[in-house]
Amino acid sequence: MNYLTAFRDGNLAATMANAIREAARNRPSFAFMEFCGGHTHAIARHGLLDLLPPSIRMIHGPGCPVCVLPIGRLDMAIDLALGRPGLILCTYGDCLRVPASGGRSLFGARAQGADVRMVYSPADALALARSHPRRQVVFLAIGFETTTPPTAAVVQAAAREGRDNFSVLCNHVLTPPAMAAILASGVPSGGGGIDGIVGPGHVSTVTGGRAFMEVSRRYRKPVVIAGFEPLDLLQAVLMLVSQVNEGRADVENEFSRGVTADGNRRAQALVQDVFILRETFEWRGLGEIPESALRLHPRYAAWDAEARFGLVGRRVADAKACECGAILRGEKGPTDCRIFGTACTPETPVGACMVSAEGACAAHFHYGRFRPAPVAAAGA
Amino acid sequence: MAGSLPKAGSRWSLGRPLDFRHGRVEMSHGAGGRATTQLVETLFQTALGDMGTQTGDDGAVLPPLAPGERLVMACDGHVVSPLFFPGGDIGCLAAHGTINDVAVMGARPLYLTASFILEEGFPLADLQRVAVSLGRACRDAGVAVVAGDTKVVERGKGDGVFIATTGVGALPAGRNIGGRQARPGDAILISGTVGEHGLAILAQREHLQFASEIVSDTAPLHTLIDALLAAAPGVHVMRDPTRGGLATVLNEIARQSGVGIDLDEAVIPVRADVAAACELLGLDPLYAANEGKVVVVVRAAEADAALAALRAHPLGRQATRIGTVIEDPQGFVQMRTRMGGRRLVDWLTGEQLPRIC
Repeated sequence: MNYLTAFRDGNLAATMANAIREAARNRPSFAFMEFCGGHTHAIARHGLLDLLPPSIRMIHGPGCPVCVLPIGRLDMAIDLALGRPGLILCTYGDCLRVPASGGRSLFGARAQGADVRMVYSPADALALARSHPRRQVVFLAIGFETTTPPTAAVVQAAAREGRDNFSVLCNHVLTPPAMAAILASGVPSGGGGIDGIVGPGHVSTVTGGRAFMEVSRRYRKPVVIAGFEPLDLLQAVLMLVSQVNEGRADVENEFSRGVTADGNRRAQALVQDVFILRETFEWRGLGEIPESALRLHPRYAAWDAEARFGLVGRRVADAKACECGAILRGEKGPTDCRIFGTACTPETPVGACMVSAEGACAAHFHYGRFRPAPVAAAGA
Repeated sequence: MAGSLPKAGSRWSLGRPLDFRHGRVEMSHGAGGRATTQLVETLFQTALGDMGTQTGDDGAVLPPLAPGERLVMACDGHVVSPLFFPGGDIGCLAAHGTINDVAVMGARPLYLTASFILEEGFPLADLQRVAVSLGRACRDAGVAVVAGDTKVVERGKGDGVFIATTGVGALPAGRNIGGRQARPGDAILISGTVGEHGLAILAQREHLQFASEIVSDTAPLHTLIDALLAAAPGVHVMRDPTRGGLATVLNEIARQSGVGIDLDEAVIPVRADVAAACELLGLDPLYAANEGKVVVVVRAAEADAALAALRAHPLGRQATRIGTVIEDPQGFVQMRTRMGGRRLVDWLTGEQLPRIC
């Protein structure tokens, strides 16, 4: 099958758009959140909002790893990179531009002389440690369940080979608790909260669809796990509308070609071995969420950068004018922010949502800015 | 003994001949002394043909233009990595890039200068390959290399070879083509598929294996443009979408002309292998570099004639009308997606691919 054509068929899209419009006819409004930044990006890139009736409002969720990394944790990495001569800090490219406190960033730290490097995978970071045995190499690990297993694998590898110059600054977070926190908050207010969630596709390949059953049941909201092609997303919206119409709140799997109920057991076992739950963790924009993130298991303390370098986190407030928090919670849209497109642009991001292409603000800036104003949800 | 000394101009007059198999660039090759002259005479002049430097003077004296013609000049620095890639190398790329910059102004490319910045230790065999490629590309395009320069930087301070070129062309009287000329209603054409050069470089650089090798489209465009302008004198803008690709060029034109642009994604020609590679790498073919394509903005009434002329040329067989210039003081480039929605085609943010040309 050719994914580039089969899942991007304009005629099929039109047919599905009609089906959605038809199905959505009997309710004044629907509010769905696509949790994952990859979905936010796909919706914007393919112009999918134009295919949905005005009664369906898509809220861009916090599923963008770079966006939810709190300033305090980023500061920790920057201080580490600047404060320890000879230390190499490596991370994914997206992290380098994220604004930290006082206008700082990892890019800025590099310009000041810190050895900050971009890697494509944690394995590259471990390789760097092998080729620089006399220097400390720290991997700034971020991401959801999708990127956690590769981090676990390199921690195990480092432990196996007794590599004492490699450690991980762990910021891995978990999707279901964040989803629960958003549903518990009841936003967006006025419309009775979110009617359903487009569940994350890649995360679910690891966790399995089962991981979302508890949150779906507890808040009685439908979750449809979706792939990242435009037709996947339209199909998922149609499935959500149908569930709402039928008064159901099930976890359904649109992305059956990638996701199973149980997920990737081997990856889950890796994560189980290397990480334990943190009691609580700060999400940029969402605040503290209990049991929503991972840290290295004490048996791997030697490869835990926080333990090795005695790092202590602190909370740092977001920039005052920045609405990233409200946007990540689904309360506001990018254009509701006063500094969107003026002080805050992809070249000079103020808030985290503007940094990654998956962020709600960056997606709107790159793909939706020509629209005069966001389309208001009918009946809202 | 004196009688056995080589005569000036003979093969040995500048010392031991250069070893093109195993030799390497040395600092002395850029010092301006005998070694520099030897490199110029035995490598560059042979490869690049009848350079003005053959006279040994500091500059080239060029004949006057025809009455009414104006000079067009363009310059271009080439730092592509890797130096050799499927479909070309830094030598022909340096020639084509500059020739195309002159040609898209509507001018007839005539002359080229080439300044080589070499890294100490660079194999002479590679340098010869690059110079021969540059020379052949210019000869094929009927462009004379009239001046050149060679500098050498210490090992580690360069990356093999950088080439800076200047192109000179003659612009016929009355011809006025430029980025400010786009008008609402004009048709936007592209001469063929987009993204090959960028993906060819990236695949080579990252050692990516695809089912079929993606080959750079590097080519001189002046004969294609000649045919186009003969058929459609109402061409308002031409530009070659190199770094930053089609999207960047269209944003430049929209900004310069103070207009908007409306594209149709479904008809923008992209080879299936380029589209697949882009998808895999998270890139957008609209932003990937081309070295043998031209974007044409032409009066709507001449769009069909322009398209026919492009398609009749070997370099323009897949030419397509991809959009329309619209009124928009904000200068947005927007696109109807294949899915039937709309989106902005924004300026490139940051660097998609460094050192692509």
